[in-house]
Amino acid sequence: MSENLSAIFYLISGVLFILALRGLSSPETSRRGNFFGILGMAIAIVVTFLSIGSFSSVFIYVLFFLLIGGSIGAFVAFKIPMTAMPELVAGFHSLVGLAAVFVAISAFLNPEVFNLGSSGDIKISSLIEMSIGAAVGAITFSGSIIAFLKLRGIMSGSPITFKGQHYINLLLGLSIIVLIFYLCKTQSDSIFWRIIAISFLLGLLLIIPIGGADMPVVISMLNSYSGWAAAGIGFTLENTALIITGALVGSSGAILSYIMCKGMNRSFFNVILGGFGGTDQSPSGKSKEQKPVKNGNAEDAAFLMKNASSVIIVPGYGMAVAQAQHALREMVDTLKKNGVKVSYAIHPVAGRMPGHMNVLLAEANVPYDEVFELEEINNDFANCDVAYVIGANDVTNPVAKTDPQSPIYGMPVLDVERCKSVLFVKRSLSPGYAGIDNELFYRDNTLMLFSDAKKMTEDIIKSLN
Amino acid sequence: MIEIDPFIFRLSIFILSIFIGYYVVWSVTPSLHTPLMSVTNAISSVIIVGAIIASLAGNSENIFDTANIFGFLAIILAAVNIFGGFLVTQRMLQMYKKKKKDK
Repeated sequence: MSENLSAIFYLISGVLFILALRGLSSPETSRRGNFFGILGMAIAIVVTFLSIGSFSSVFIYVLFFLLIGGSIGAFVAFKIPMTAMPELVAGFHSLVGLAAVFVAISAFLNPEVFNLGSSGDIKISSLIEMSIGAAVGAITFSGSIIAFLKLRGIMSGSPITFKGQHYINLLLGLSIIVLIFYLCKTQSDSIFWRIIAISFLLGLLLIIPIGGADMPVVISMLNSYSGWAAAGIGFTLENTALIITGALVGSSGAILSYIMCKGMNRSFFNVILGGFGGTDQSPSGKSKEQKPVKNGNAEDAAFLMKNASSVIIVPGYGMAVAQAQHALREMVDTLKKNGVKVSYAIHPVAGRMPGHMNVLLAEANVPYDEVFELEEINNDFANCDVAYVIGANDVTNPVAKTDPQSPIYGMPVLDVERCKSVLFVKRSLSPGYAGIDNELFYRDNTLMLFSDAKKMTEDIIKSLN
Repeated sequence: MIEIDPFIFRLSIFILSIFIGYYVVWSVTPSLHTPLMSVTNAISSVIIVGAIIASLAGNSENIFDTANIFGFLAIILAAVNIFGGFLVTQRMLQMYKKKKKDK
């Protein structure tokens, strides 16, 4: 196949990828969008085979490895529980990053294949492109591994900080740039390896100071990085499909990070520099816990909700941890049979990744037109009888609106306190991720339901029947 | 007239694609942000193209020389992502249902 023809096919697959993302603008068109994505990928792979033309014995190996990887991927995709989606996405990011590193390495070792010059005499522009691709890929890889370990709970979610951390990162970043400069001058292997090694280290150090609940930003950011790494490799290989895709993914991840930061009213740098929330408990915490709270049980909750005309459910990460989404849907079905109007309110940073709650509710067969975003539903709380807060905390804290001293001041919150009564399912009175007390717990119209989210919801179902 | 470096054309494609990405992603509904991440994951694995070239066009007398091995490894990783990414996206999207009209 001629170079020009295959370039046109790569362009077509790039366009199909754009359509794949476009499809996600509504759930109805999304499945067709995913199909476009698969088609684009198939075109890109087949065209690559055809453009090489000579089907040597290596071809069998390529197909073999393709099948191995494909079956692992398919197996994981079918087996993974929806609650583990954040880890899965982090894991996938790490693979893209590592694949970018490997492609860059093989291009560096064997530049003739890609028309980049000969070993030891690679074009300067290609050298810059491939080392940027490799560096960003390596950062994506090791950063995603840390994110994966934190999300999976293998590594503690609390931030790991030490003195001079940011200076070390800055130094590492600068040294990568200096090394790329020297690589262009000397074409030396050892410098290339050093760039990759330092980038791995930088990826680790960038993510360890970021705490568990900031993971939505981290995942989006790594998503973006994996795109830029792909684009860097795309420039090296002079491949349009890869350049288009890299740019799409890069900007997609950047936008998601922006939306997540806005959802927490924090700047991107504030999140990236890390160390927010986590271990440092305020000394005043103990005295506050002696404030009286109203303690309720499943029957009280069932009574309140049964007699309400409208209920709004506010899910959070706790729902995901307790796997309470199915029980929740069942409870809502029972309420609906009793003529109660029920809707769901989702905060942009609820859960551990963008859209986390929506996927879990969808899994439990909650129709997506009953699920609302913060701006759509926030005014409805005032006319609502009961808010059922399950596994959420900081995103409902009215302190964000009233106390300029609070670390979460200015963060958009769900106005659950405007409901006639608030039911809070929580295991204890402990503060949320931000380490601050939620004054909602102590209000007159709040009833605390101390229990596991799933167990409490199941008990409420029993009391309703 | 002096010819323009082809790099400039690729840079133009890159910059324009960033803008396309920007507008397309803003129109993605927030409830589909998780599938968005998994599908972008899958499509960025088009990097497999580079891995295939690296291993196919390489030295065929010595199949397992270093450059080839890295190519093969990259193929496995990217293939995990392609299949895993698209299938898990498909699985998620199938769960998004509208309210049933009857009842």
